[in-house]
Formats: sequence, structure tokens, C-alpha cells
Amino acid sequence: MAYSEKVVDHYNNPRNVGSLDKNADAVGTGIVGAPECGDVMKLQVKVSGDGVIEDAKFKTFGCGSAIASSSLATEWLKGKTVDEAQEIKNTEIVEELNLPPVKIHCSVLAEDAIKAALNDYREKQGIPSVGDSRSAV
Amino acid sequence: MSLKLPIYMDYQATTPTDPRVLEEMLPYFTETFGNAASRNHSYGWEAEKAVDDGRERIANVIGADPREIIFTSGATESDNMALKGVAETYKTKGKHIITSAIEHKAVIDSAKRLETWGFDVTYIMPREDGMTTAKMVEEAMTDETILVSIMTANNEIGVINPIREIGELCRSRKVLFHTDGTQGFGKIPLDVNDDFIDLMSISAHKIYGPKGVGALYVRRRKPRVRLAAIIDGGGHERGMRSGTLNVSGIVGFGKAAELCQESMEEESVRLSNMRDKFKATLMESLDEVYVNGHETQRLSGNLNVSFPYVEGESLIMGLKDVAVSSGSACTSASLEPSYVLKAMGRGDELAHSSIRFGLGRFTTQEEVDFVAEKTVEVVNRMRDMSPLYEMVKEGVDLSKVEWAHH
Repeated sequence: MAYSEKVVDHYNNPRNVGSLDKNADAVGTGIVGAPECGDVMKLQVKVSGDGVIEDAKFKTFGCGSAIASSSLATEWLKGKTVDEAQEIKNTEIVEELNLPPVKIHCSVLAEDAIKAALNDYREKQGIPSVGDSRSAV
Repeated sequence: MSLKLPIYMDYQATTPTDPRVLEEMLPYFTETFGNAASRNHSYGWEAEKAVDDGRERIANVIGADPREIIFTSGATESDNMALKGVAETYKTKGKHIITSAIEHKAVIDSAKRLETWGFDVTYIMPREDGMTTAKMVEEAMTDETILVSIMTANNEIGVINPIREIGELCRSRKVLFHTDGTQGFGKIPLDVNDDFIDLMSISAHKIYGPKGVGALYVRRRKPRVRLAAIIDGGGHERGMRSGTLNVSGIVGFGKAAELCQESMEEESVRLSNMRDKFKATLMESLDEVYVNGHETQRLSGNLNVSFPYVEGESLIMGLKDVAVSSGSACTSASLEPSYVLKAMGRGDELAHSSIRFGLGRFTTQEEVDFVAEKTVEVVNRMRDMSPLYEMVKEGVDLSKVEWAHH
């Protein structure tokens, strides 16, 4: 399968690979997917006191498109408020990365990872969750 | 010497035609172009002679009589012909067929077709090391069993089955034995008499011959196997497979078979030495590397490994200078993990993390060293990026995690 240039670029130069302290109150962690499905994404956000995402990190087990989707997500998350981040749609990821139909699930997973990370953050802050996205751990 | 990239390491998918094979084929396109079925002139006679020579060279590799070699378009056709042809002819004797769950799709899908024709099929689940034993076959047999089809060697994991024991069992029970010999023919010693084989599928392009030509060995005596044709027409190949013979292809197939036979032992040693060194490098440089399939009972050119916590497709993307497969080339268009590894009980996780490295005649030590180094580099890079690897290092038991399934 031929990958788009953008997917290859994210694969070769992934942005924001790494981990944040998952126990910190300012950090929200979303781990979604399942090993037997061939995709697991961990996405983390660090939110400042005024509700702005000041850092985002990811680690992904999955194909090139899954890696690219999560790498792109971290780029987009930085600088957004929690509410703005909630609005990121998988279709925007599909469009930006030119994902073929068989790889759309990668973008869905990335959106889910964002939402799970935001809910984890909300939970720590005592704010009600939005939607049913949940982190596995 | 600089390496030609990408390095081809997918010899179980196909092989390049050996230049010596091509050279022998060429005159049969332009000069000796006759139809082997033309009885009235020298063009036809020469073509027939070329076909007969090819038949003999192929038969020699497996101790067969040349008249027992039926040419086809490839092993997929041969498998179809064996299963459907036997089923059609012997249906009044019984309606049960035994095969394994890790056969090539040409066998599995033919068997599934037979189920729609009213046959019962048992798909044996192999052992964890990928092997199907005679005992497993015996346990699956019923009074209705007419055919057993177990491959000589598996295309994904390279595991070689105990063909002789299975053949002997079948012969003693008067059940026909077909083996898909595509991966084993020309690479390991096989003898249709010593191994009690009644039908065997083979293919030219897996043994450095051209694509588009294969054969089915069909036993003529003790027992004489009868096959209903699936392609009807001019009655070529003893009526079992009509169609003008692919003369140049058969010439190439014959030459390729002869070359394999001549160098079989030496080549097998050369490949297994390279393969074992490759495996040792991976094992020494990386933690948790699993070899899929039996450690020693496997084709010398095959190494199928799983790198846990790394997904196969992303690994292959990193190995862009190497042509390898994740799972079988026939199914890699789908997102499903390898059905072969799943049937061996490897679990989807490890199946998703598997790569098949196939070494062959033109593989050099320098290439293997390069690929080993690249593989280690990419696996390490992917593991640094893998949440699963991180979790395991933190002491998380992945099997206890409640994953959100999509």
C-alpha cells in the first residue's frame, strides 16, 4: 500500500513521542484500541491552570497511518483549550493525511484517544466527563 | 560492493527466473514455437519433445514417472484440480476430506467449495509449532474419508510436515493423499514412492522458473488415481487438463527443476547457515523475539519472527529498503492478521507483529547482515514509540488490561 507523503513524514519524524507523568493532576491520559486489533494509542495532554493544553505526547502501537494520526493529533492539541480540543474530528485527520478508506479507523482511534485523555483530565479536576470515551488504564 | 536496494527477501512469495532458465526458454517463443499437440509437422514434434524433456526433468526430482506429471497454470490450479477432481470421481466412495487450517488458500477455498457440494471437510488445527502430524490425521479419519490434503511445507512459517508418515497412514487406509508441494519441491528431498504421495501440486515460479506454469503429479499405479477434469477441451494431458501446453514455460520449469535438484543439498546448507546467523543476531540484539514455527523442521530459506509490541505493517514501513512480507502475500491486502499464525494459537497480538524473511538463491551474506542490522534498528525505534512496550516495562500485565475494542 502506498502511503501519502504526510503519513511517511510523520512516520519518519514523529512529533511529540514520549510520555508525561500520568499521575500528575494536570495530565490527562487516553489509552485506546487493543493489541489484538493491531492498534493501541496512548495520548497525553498537560493542561495549564487557565485550561490551555501546553504539552501533548503520544506513543502508538499500530501501522504507519495510526502513528501519523496520533502524531498529528499531538501537534494540533498544543495551544488549544480543552474545549477546543474536544472539537477535533477524525475527518479532519483523514483529510490532512490523505488516509485511504481502509485506514479511516486510525483517525477514529486518534479522535477517541484525544477524548479519552480529555476525560481523564476532567475526572482528575472533578469536572463531568463529555461523551463515553474512556482510557483503558 | 554496493547493495541493490530494496533487498529482496520474499522468496516464498516468488523467485526471480534464473538467467540459465530464461536462456533455455527463449528459442521456444520465436523459433521452436510449435503447438505440442500438432502431430503433422516438425514444429509440433519439436515442441512435444521439449515438453517431454521438461516432464522428465520434473519427474526426476520426485522419483515419478514422467507420464504422471500433468501441466497446469500453477499450483493454485493444481490444488483445485486435485481436490475437486478427486471429490468428483470418488464421491460414491465417501464424502469426507481432511486438510489443515493452515493450508494455502487454494486448498482451503477449494475445500470450502466442496462443502457446498455436500462434502464434509475436517480442518486440522496444527500443533503450536505449526506441524500437522500423522496422528492428528488418523484421529480425523472416518470410514467416509476419501482424501487427505496436507502441505509439504508451509508458505508462511516454512514448517515441513511429516509427509512420509501421513502418506503411509493414508496408503494403509486406502485414502488418497494429496500434498501441496509448492514450497518443498526442489528444496527438500521428496520421493512420491517413498513418501506414499498420490497427488502433488508444484509450481515453477517458486523454484526460479517462470510464472504461469505448474504441475500436478498424479499417481498412475498402485493405486491408479482417477481425476475428473475441471477444464474441458481438447483432451490434453491424458484428458485431465485440456489447453495448449505452455511450451516455453514448461521448458523453463524443467530447467529450473533440474538446477534445484543439482544444488539442493549445498544450497540448503548455505541458506540455513545464513538464516541461523540472522536469527542469532536478532535474538542477541533484541529482547522478546519469537520464532514462529518449528525451530529446525523448516525450509532453510525461511525465518518467520514476531517482534512483540511492534505492529508488523509499521515495521515493514521502516524496513523500506527490504522487500519482506507481514503474513502471507495473498492476504496482506486485508487487515486481518495471518490466519496461519492464528491457527497455531499465536494470538492476534503476535500475529500482528510477525514478519516473514525469505532467503533464496541470490541472497548474499552481505544482504542478510544489512537486513539484520536494519531490523534491529527499526524494532528498537518502534518499541520506543510503543505504549505496549512501555507498559510491559512498567510491569503491567497486558492480558489483564480491559482494552476498548473497536
